[in-house]
Amino acid sequence: MEGLLSLAVKAIFVENLALSFFLGMCTFIAVSKKISTAIGLGISVMVVQSITVPANNLILNYLLAPGAFAWAGFPEVDLTFLGLISYIGVIAALVQILEMVLDKYFPPLYNALGVFLPLITVNCAILGGSLFMVERGYDFTESVTYGVSSGFGWALAITAMAGVREKLKYSDIPDGLQGLGITFISAGLMAMAFMSFSGVKL
Amino acid sequence: MAHKRAEMLVDPLVDNNPITLQVLGICSALAVTSSLQVAFVMAIAVTFVTGFSSLFISMIRSQIPGSIRIIVQMVVIASLVILVDQLLKAFAFEISKTLSVFVGLIITNCIVMGRAEAFAMKNPPIDSFIDGVGNGLGYGLILMLVGVIRELFGSGSLFGITILETVNNGGWYVPNGMLLLPPSAFFIIGLIIWAFRSWKPGQVEEREYKIQTVEAH
Repeated sequence: MEGLLSLAVKAIFVENLALSFFLGMCTFIAVSKKISTAIGLGISVMVVQSITVPANNLILNYLLAPGAFAWAGFPEVDLTFLGLISYIGVIAALVQILEMVLDKYFPPLYNALGVFLPLITVNCAILGGSLFMVERGYDFTESVTYGVSSGFGWALAITAMAGVREKLKYSDIPDGLQGLGITFISAGLMAMAFMSFSGVKL
Repeated sequence: MAHKRAEMLVDPLVDNNPITLQVLGICSALAVTSSLQVAFVMAIAVTFVTGFSSLFISMIRSQIPGSIRIIVQMVVIASLVILVDQLLKAFAFEISKTLSVFVGLIITNCIVMGRAEAFAMKNPPIDSFIDGVGNGLGYGLILMLVGVIRELFGSGSLFGITILETVNNGGWYVPNGMLLLPPSAFFIIGLIIWAFRSWKPGQVEEREYKIQTVEAH
Protein backbone atom coordinates (compact mmCIF):
# COMPACT_ATOMS: atom_id res chain seq x y z
CA MET A 1 0.00 0.00 0.00
CA GLU A 2 2.80 2.39 0.92
CA GLY A 3 4.52 1.56 -2.33
CA LEU A 4 1.41 2.51 -4.28
CA LEU A 5 1.03 5.77 -2.36
CA SER A 6 4.58 6.79 -3.08
CA LEU A 7 4.10 5.81 -6.74
CA ALA A 8 1.04 8.07 -6.88
CA VAL A 9 2.79 11.05 -5.29
CA LYS A 10 5.73 10.57 -7.60
CA ALA A 11 3.51 10.43 -10.69
CA ILE A 12 1.53 13.52 -9.70
CA PHE A 13 4.26 15.87 -8.51
CA VAL A 14 7.81 14.71 -9.07
CA GLU A 15 7.48 13.10 -12.47
CA ASN A 16 4.61 15.21 -13.70
CA LEU A 17 3.89 14.13 -17.29
CA ALA A 18 3.40 17.66 -18.58
CA LEU A 19 6.09 19.55 -16.73
CA SER A 20 8.97 17.15 -16.42
CA PHE A 21 8.48 14.88 -19.45
CA PHE A 22 6.80 17.47 -21.69
CA LEU A 23 4.06 15.07 -22.70
CA GLY A 24 0.83 16.39 -24.12
CA MET A 25 2.50 19.75 -24.70
CA CYS A 26 0.63 20.56 -27.91
CA THR A 27 -2.74 20.44 -26.20
CA PHE A 28 -1.22 21.81 -23.00
CA ILE A 29 -0.29 25.00 -24.84
CA ALA A 30 -3.25 25.13 -27.21
CA VAL A 31 -6.13 24.51 -24.78
CA SER A 32 -4.93 26.38 -21.70
CA LYS A 33 -6.44 29.78 -22.49
CA LYS A 34 -9.46 29.42 -20.21
CA ILE A 35 -9.74 27.66 -16.84
CA SER A 36 -13.10 26.04 -17.60
CA THR A 37 -11.94 24.34 -20.82
CA ALA A 38 -8.67 23.38 -19.18
CA ILE A 39 -10.53 21.61 -16.37
CA GLY A 40 -12.72 19.80 -18.92
CA LEU A 41 -9.74 18.57 -20.86
CA GLY A 42 -7.87 17.69 -17.68
CA ILE A 43 -10.72 15.50 -16.45
CA SER A 44 -11.04 13.79 -19.84
CA VAL A 45 -7.32 13.01 -19.88
CA MET A 46 -7.56 11.62 -16.37
CA VAL A 47 -10.50 9.37 -17.26
CA VAL A 48 -8.93 8.09 -20.48
CA GLN A 49 -5.55 7.62 -18.82
CA SER A 50 -7.03 5.57 -15.96
CA ILE A 51 -8.69 3.24 -18.49
CA THR A 52 -5.98 2.92 -21.12
CA VAL A 53 -2.94 2.30 -18.92
CA PRO A 54 -4.44 -0.77 -17.18
CA ALA A 55 -5.96 -1.96 -20.48
CA ASN A 56 -2.59 -1.80 -22.20
CA ASN A 57 -1.05 -3.55 -19.22
CA LEU A 58 -3.44 -6.48 -19.78
CA ILE A 59 -2.75 -6.48 -23.53
CA LEU A 60 0.98 -6.56 -22.86
CA ASN A 61 0.86 -9.36 -20.31
CA TYR A 62 -1.69 -11.62 -21.96
CA LEU A 63 -1.09 -11.05 -25.69
CA LEU A 64 2.30 -9.55 -26.44
CA ALA A 65 4.77 -10.65 -23.78
CA PRO A 66 7.16 -13.51 -24.63
CA GLY A 67 5.40 -16.79 -23.84
CA ALA A 68 1.92 -15.23 -23.70
CA PHE A 69 0.69 -17.86 -26.16
CA ALA A 70 2.16 -20.79 -24.25
CA TRP A 71 -1.39 -22.07 -23.54
CA ALA A 72 -2.00 -22.41 -27.29
CA GLY A 73 1.19 -24.37 -27.81
CA PHE A 74 3.43 -21.51 -29.02
CA PRO A 75 5.70 -20.83 -26.03
CA GLU A 76 8.40 -19.19 -28.18
CA VAL A 77 6.17 -16.52 -29.74
CA ASP A 78 7.28 -12.98 -28.81
CA LEU A 79 5.07 -10.20 -30.12
CA THR A 80 6.53 -7.28 -28.18
CA PHE A 81 7.58 -5.57 -31.43
CA LEU A 82 3.86 -5.06 -32.16
CA GLY A 83 3.61 -3.05 -28.93
CA LEU A 84 3.43 0.46 -30.36
CA ILE A 85 0.74 -0.28 -32.91
CA SER A 86 -1.37 -2.23 -30.40
CA TYR A 87 -1.21 0.47 -27.73
CA ILE A 88 -2.25 3.22 -30.09
CA GLY A 89 -5.00 0.99 -31.49
CA VAL A 90 -6.29 0.25 -28.00
CA ILE A 91 -6.23 3.94 -27.12
CA ALA A 92 -8.06 4.97 -30.30
CA ALA A 93 -10.67 2.24 -29.83
CA LEU A 94 -11.22 2.96 -26.13
CA VAL A 95 -11.62 6.68 -26.73
CA GLN A 96 -14.18 5.93 -29.42
CA ILE A 97 -16.09 3.55 -27.13
CA LEU A 98 -15.93 5.99 -24.25
CA GLU A 99 -17.35 8.68 -26.52
CA MET A 100 -20.28 6.44 -27.54
CA VAL A 101 -20.99 5.33 -23.96
CA LEU A 102 -20.95 8.89 -22.67
CA ASP A 103 -23.18 10.02 -25.54
CA LYS A 104 -25.75 7.32 -24.78
CA TYR A 105 -25.82 7.23 -20.98
CA PHE A 106 -24.38 10.52 -19.70
CA PRO A 107 -25.35 13.23 -22.21
CA PRO A 108 -24.43 16.21 -19.96
CA LEU A 109 -20.94 14.81 -19.43
CA TYR A 110 -20.69 14.11 -23.16
CA ASN A 111 -21.58 17.69 -23.95
CA ALA A 112 -18.92 18.94 -21.58
CA LEU A 113 -16.12 16.59 -22.64
CA GLY A 114 -17.21 15.67 -26.17
CA VAL A 115 -15.03 18.18 -27.98
CA PHE A 116 -11.89 17.01 -26.23
CA LEU A 117 -12.25 13.27 -26.62
CA PRO A 118 -11.05 12.94 -30.25
CA LEU A 119 -8.13 15.25 -29.37
CA ILE A 120 -7.07 12.87 -26.66
CA THR A 121 -6.28 10.00 -29.03
CA VAL A 122 -3.27 11.87 -30.30
CA ASN A 123 -2.30 13.32 -26.92
CA CYS A 124 1.23 12.17 -26.17
CA ALA A 125 0.48 12.02 -22.45
CA ILE A 126 -1.84 9.06 -23.01
CA LEU A 127 0.51 7.00 -25.17
CA GLY A 128 3.42 8.16 -23.02
CA GLY A 129 1.71 6.89 -19.88
CA SER A 130 1.30 3.44 -21.43
CA LEU A 131 4.88 3.39 -22.69
CA PHE A 132 6.23 4.36 -19.26
CA MET A 133 4.12 1.59 -17.76
CA VAL A 134 5.76 -0.90 -20.15
CA GLU A 135 9.26 0.44 -19.66
CA ARG A 136 9.05 0.39 -15.88
CA GLY A 137 7.36 -3.02 -15.78
CA TYR A 138 4.38 -2.09 -13.59
CA ASP A 139 2.01 -4.89 -12.56
CA PHE A 140 -1.77 -4.48 -12.83
CA THR A 141 -2.46 -2.67 -9.51
CA GLU A 142 0.53 -0.41 -10.05
CA SER A 143 -0.63 0.44 -13.54
CA VAL A 144 -4.10 1.40 -12.25
CA THR A 145 -2.47 3.68 -9.67
CA TYR A 146 -0.08 5.11 -12.22
CA GLY A 147 -2.86 5.74 -14.75
CA VAL A 148 -5.07 7.63 -12.30
CA SER A 149 -2.32 9.66 -10.69
CA SER A 150 -0.40 10.60 -13.82
CA GLY A 151 -3.67 11.74 -15.38
CA PHE A 152 -4.40 13.77 -12.27
CA GLY A 153 -0.95 15.33 -12.39
CA TRP A 154 -1.51 16.39 -15.99
CA ALA A 155 -4.92 17.84 -15.15
CA LEU A 156 -3.39 19.77 -12.25
CA ALA A 157 -0.67 21.20 -14.46
CA ILE A 158 -2.99 22.36 -17.26
CA THR A 159 -5.45 23.92 -14.81
CA ALA A 160 -2.69 25.84 -13.07
CA MET A 161 -1.31 26.93 -16.44
CA ALA A 162 -4.75 28.19 -17.53
CA GLY A 163 -4.97 30.18 -14.31
CA VAL A 164 -1.65 31.83 -15.04
CA ARG A 165 -2.58 32.57 -18.65
CA GLU A 166 -5.91 34.16 -17.74
CA LYS A 167 -3.99 36.79 -15.78
CA LEU A 168 -1.19 36.98 -18.31
CA LYS A 169 -3.32 38.39 -21.09
CA TYR A 170 -3.65 41.69 -19.24
CA SER A 171 0.08 42.27 -19.00
CA ASP A 172 2.28 44.33 -21.24
CA ILE A 173 4.48 41.85 -23.09
CA PRO A 174 7.02 42.65 -25.86
CA ASP A 175 5.53 42.06 -29.32
CA GLY A 176 7.62 39.06 -30.35
CA LEU A 177 7.02 37.32 -27.05
CA GLN A 178 3.25 37.77 -27.23
CA GLY A 179 1.20 34.56 -27.03
CA LEU A 180 3.28 31.45 -27.60
CA GLY A 181 6.63 32.79 -26.41
CA ILE A 182 5.51 33.99 -23.02
CA THR A 183 3.44 30.83 -22.54
CA PHE A 184 6.56 28.72 -22.92
CA ILE A 185 8.49 30.86 -20.46
CA SER A 186 5.74 30.72 -17.85
CA ALA A 187 5.50 26.95 -18.34
CA GLY A 188 9.25 26.84 -17.67
CA LEU A 189 8.79 28.74 -14.41
CA MET A 190 6.01 26.35 -13.41
CA ALA A 191 8.24 23.38 -14.21
CA MET A 192 10.89 24.85 -11.91
CA ALA A 193 8.35 25.18 -9.13
CA PHE A 194 7.29 21.55 -9.61
CA MET A 195 10.95 20.49 -9.43
CA SER A 196 11.01 21.51 -5.80
CA PHE A 197 8.68 18.56 -5.11
CA SER A 198 11.49 16.20 -6.02
CA GLY A 199 12.68 16.43 -2.42
CA VAL A 200 9.45 14.81 -1.22
CA LYS A 201 10.14 11.25 -0.07
CA LEU A 202 7.53 8.92 1.37
CA MET B 1 7.82 23.22 -60.86
CA ALA B 2 11.32 22.46 -59.58
CA HIS B 3 11.43 25.95 -58.12
CA LYS B 4 8.13 25.46 -56.36
CA ARG B 5 9.34 22.19 -54.84
CA ALA B 6 12.51 23.77 -53.53
CA GLU B 7 10.33 26.42 -51.93
CA MET B 8 8.17 23.74 -50.35
CA LEU B 9 11.27 22.24 -48.78
CA VAL B 10 12.66 25.51 -47.42
CA ASP B 11 9.43 27.20 -46.41
CA PRO B 12 8.86 25.14 -43.22
CA LEU B 13 12.40 25.89 -41.99
CA VAL B 14 11.79 29.47 -40.94
CA ASP B 15 8.73 31.06 -42.53
CA ASN B 16 6.32 28.35 -41.57
CA ASN B 17 8.19 26.41 -38.92
CA PRO B 18 6.08 23.65 -37.38
CA ILE B 19 7.31 24.33 -33.85
CA THR B 20 7.51 28.09 -33.56
CA LEU B 21 4.51 28.97 -35.70
CA GLN B 22 2.16 26.03 -35.88
CA VAL B 23 2.81 24.87 -32.27
CA LEU B 24 3.10 21.24 -33.35
CA GLY B 25 5.32 18.50 -32.03
CA ILE B 26 6.72 20.37 -29.08
CA CYS B 27 6.45 17.45 -26.67
CA SER B 28 9.49 15.60 -27.84
CA ALA B 29 11.28 18.74 -28.98
CA LEU B 30 11.74 19.67 -25.35
CA ALA B 31 12.47 16.31 -23.85
CA VAL B 32 15.27 14.93 -25.99
CA THR B 33 17.43 18.02 -26.42
CA SER B 34 19.76 17.82 -23.43
CA SER B 35 22.48 16.33 -25.63
CA LEU B 36 23.11 17.10 -29.27
CA GLN B 37 23.68 13.53 -30.40
CA VAL B 38 20.29 12.39 -29.16
CA ALA B 39 18.60 15.46 -30.66
CA PHE B 40 20.26 14.69 -33.99
CA VAL B 41 19.08 11.07 -34.06
CA MET B 42 15.58 12.17 -33.07
CA ALA B 43 15.54 14.79 -35.85
CA ILE B 44 16.51 12.18 -38.44
CA ALA B 45 13.91 9.74 -37.14
CA VAL B 46 11.13 12.31 -37.28
CA THR B 47 12.14 13.52 -40.75
CA PHE B 48 12.13 9.93 -41.98
CA VAL B 49 8.70 9.21 -40.50
CA THR B 50 7.07 12.46 -41.71
CA GLY B 51 8.54 12.09 -45.20
CA PHE B 52 7.53 8.49 -45.77
CA SER B 53 4.18 8.62 -43.98
CA SER B 54 3.22 11.58 -46.21
CA LEU B 55 4.42 9.66 -49.27
CA PHE B 56 2.50 6.48 -48.47
CA ILE B 57 -0.66 8.20 -47.30
CA SER B 58 -0.65 10.35 -50.41
CA MET B 59 -0.28 7.24 -52.60
CA ILE B 60 -3.39 5.64 -51.12
CA ARG B 61 -5.29 8.86 -50.47
CA SER B 62 -8.03 8.21 -53.02
CA GLN B 63 -8.64 4.71 -51.65
CA ILE B 64 -9.10 5.79 -48.01
CA PRO B 65 -12.75 6.25 -46.98
CA GLY B 66 -13.17 9.58 -45.18
CA SER B 67 -14.70 8.15 -42.04
CA ILE B 68 -11.76 5.91 -41.12
CA ARG B 69 -8.93 8.06 -42.47
CA ILE B 70 -7.52 8.88 -39.03
CA ILE B 71 -7.09 5.23 -38.13
CA VAL B 72 -5.56 4.41 -41.53
CA GLN B 73 -3.07 7.26 -41.13
CA MET B 74 -2.32 6.07 -37.63
CA VAL B 75 -1.55 2.54 -38.84
CA VAL B 76 0.81 3.80 -41.55
CA ILE B 77 2.59 6.08 -39.09
CA ALA B 78 2.77 3.44 -36.35
CA SER B 79 4.30 0.88 -38.74
CA LEU B 80 6.99 3.37 -39.79
CA VAL B 81 7.73 4.19 -36.16
CA ILE B 82 8.06 0.49 -35.30
CA LEU B 83 10.56 0.24 -38.16
CA VAL B 84 12.59 3.16 -36.79
CA ASP B 85 12.39 1.76 -33.27
CA GLN B 86 13.64 -1.67 -34.33
CA LEU B 87 16.45 -0.14 -36.42
CA LEU B 88 17.59 2.00 -33.50
CA LYS B 89 17.51 -0.97 -31.15
CA ALA B 90 19.60 -2.98 -33.59
CA PHE B 91 22.23 -0.42 -34.59
CA ALA B 92 22.26 2.29 -31.92
CA PHE B 93 21.17 0.60 -28.73
CA GLU B 94 22.67 3.21 -26.36
CA ILE B 95 20.82 6.05 -28.06
CA SER B 96 17.59 4.11 -28.19
CA LYS B 97 17.90 3.64 -24.41
CA THR B 98 18.31 7.39 -23.87
CA LEU B 99 15.45 8.22 -26.18
CA SER B 100 13.36 5.63 -24.26
CA VAL B 101 9.66 6.27 -24.81
CA PHE B 102 10.16 9.23 -27.12
CA VAL B 103 10.75 7.10 -30.20
CA GLY B 104 7.35 5.54 -29.67
CA LEU B 105 5.89 8.97 -29.13
CA ILE B 106 6.71 9.97 -32.71
CA ILE B 107 3.37 8.28 -33.45
CA THR B 108 1.52 10.96 -31.57
CA ASN B 109 3.82 13.73 -32.72
CA CYS B 110 1.36 16.25 -34.09
CA ILE B 111 3.65 17.19 -37.00
CA VAL B 112 3.37 13.76 -38.60
CA MET B 113 -0.38 13.56 -38.21
CA GLY B 114 -0.78 17.24 -39.08
CA ARG B 115 1.08 16.97 -42.39
CA ALA B 116 -0.69 13.73 -43.31
CA GLU B 117 -4.09 15.28 -42.68
CA ALA B 118 -3.45 18.78 -44.01
CA PHE B 119 -1.20 18.10 -46.99
CA ALA B 120 -0.78 14.48 -48.01
CA MET B 121 -4.54 13.81 -48.24
CA LYS B 122 -4.86 16.45 -50.97
CA ASN B 123 -1.60 16.34 -52.93
CA PRO B 124 0.34 13.95 -55.18
CA PRO B 125 2.97 11.63 -53.63
CA ILE B 126 6.21 13.41 -54.60
CA ASP B 127 5.01 16.82 -53.40
CA SER B 128 3.78 15.26 -50.17
CA PHE B 129 7.11 13.57 -49.61
CA ILE B 130 8.96 16.87 -50.05
CA ASP B 131 6.51 18.65 -47.78
CA GLY B 132 6.96 15.96 -45.13
CA VAL B 133 10.74 16.10 -45.32
CA GLY B 134 10.67 19.91 -45.17
CA ASN B 135 8.55 19.89 -42.05
CA GLY B 136 10.71 17.21 -40.48
CA LEU B 137 13.75 19.38 -41.17
CA GLY B 138 12.05 22.46 -39.73
CA TYR B 139 11.44 20.47 -36.57
CA GLY B 140 15.01 19.16 -36.65
CA LEU B 141 16.38 22.69 -36.98
CA ILE B 142 14.77 23.85 -33.74
CA LEU B 143 15.74 20.59 -32.04
CA MET B 144 19.39 21.04 -33.00
CA LEU B 145 19.39 24.72 -31.98
CA VAL B 146 18.08 23.86 -28.53
CA GLY B 147 20.45 20.88 -28.35
CA VAL B 148 23.50 23.02 -29.18
CA ILE B 149 22.62 25.60 -26.54
CA ARG B 150 21.85 23.03 -23.86
CA GLU B 151 24.85 20.79 -24.41
CA LEU B 152 27.41 23.53 -25.05
CA PHE B 153 26.54 25.65 -22.03
CA GLY B 154 25.20 22.86 -19.83
CA SER B 155 28.14 20.48 -20.07
CA GLY B 156 30.68 22.34 -22.20
CA SER B 157 30.72 19.87 -25.07
CA LEU B 158 29.17 19.23 -28.50
CA PHE B 159 28.41 15.68 -29.71
CA GLY B 160 30.24 14.53 -26.56
CA ILE B 161 33.48 16.29 -27.61
CA THR B 162 34.69 18.85 -25.09
CA ILE B 163 34.63 22.40 -26.44
CA LEU B 164 34.67 24.44 -23.26
CA GLU B 165 36.92 22.78 -20.65
CA THR B 166 34.89 22.63 -17.43
CA VAL B 167 36.17 23.55 -13.99
CA ASN B 168 35.83 19.95 -12.78
CA ASN B 169 38.40 18.86 -15.37
CA GLY B 170 40.77 21.69 -14.56
CA GLY B 171 39.47 24.12 -17.20
CA TRP B 172 37.94 27.56 -16.84
CA TYR B 173 34.28 27.05 -17.77
CA VAL B 174 31.71 26.75 -14.98
CA PRO B 175 28.88 24.72 -16.56
CA ASN B 176 25.32 25.88 -16.08
CA GLY B 177 23.69 22.78 -14.61
CA MET B 178 20.26 24.37 -14.95
CA LEU B 179 20.44 23.87 -18.73
CA LEU B 180 20.48 20.09 -18.34
CA LEU B 181 17.22 20.16 -16.35
CA PRO B 182 13.80 20.09 -18.04
CA PRO B 183 12.63 23.69 -17.38
CA SER B 184 15.50 25.23 -19.35
CA ALA B 185 14.08 23.77 -22.58
CA PHE B 186 10.92 25.83 -22.08
CA PHE B 187 12.94 29.02 -21.68
CA ILE B 188 15.14 28.33 -24.69
CA ILE B 189 12.20 27.58 -26.98
CA GLY B 190 10.40 30.68 -25.68
CA LEU B 191 13.45 32.78 -26.48
CA ILE B 192 13.90 31.16 -29.92
CA ILE B 193 10.29 32.01 -30.73
CA TRP B 194 10.96 35.58 -29.63
CA ALA B 195 14.02 35.76 -31.88
CA PHE B 196 12.16 34.28 -34.87
CA ARG B 197 9.28 36.68 -34.45
CA SER B 198 11.49 39.73 -34.11
CA TRP B 199 13.16 38.66 -37.34
CA LYS B 200 9.84 38.01 -39.13
CA PRO B 201 7.37 40.44 -37.55
CA GLY B 202 4.55 38.92 -39.63
CA GLN B 203 4.44 35.98 -37.20
CA VAL B 204 3.63 38.11 -34.14
CA GLU B 205 0.29 37.24 -32.51
CA GLU B 206 -2.42 39.86 -32.01
CA ARG B 207 -2.87 41.19 -28.52
CA GLU B 208 -6.16 40.44 -26.84
CA TYR B 209 -6.00 43.57 -24.75
CA LYS B 210 -4.24 46.80 -25.61
CA ILE B 211 -2.74 48.92 -22.89
CA GLN B 212 -4.26 52.34 -23.20
CA THR B 213 -1.93 55.25 -23.64
CA VAL B 214 -2.83 58.21 -21.46
CA GLU B 215 -2.06 61.60 -22.92
CA ALA B 216 -0.34 64.05 -20.67
CA HIS B 217 -2.07 67.37 -20.19
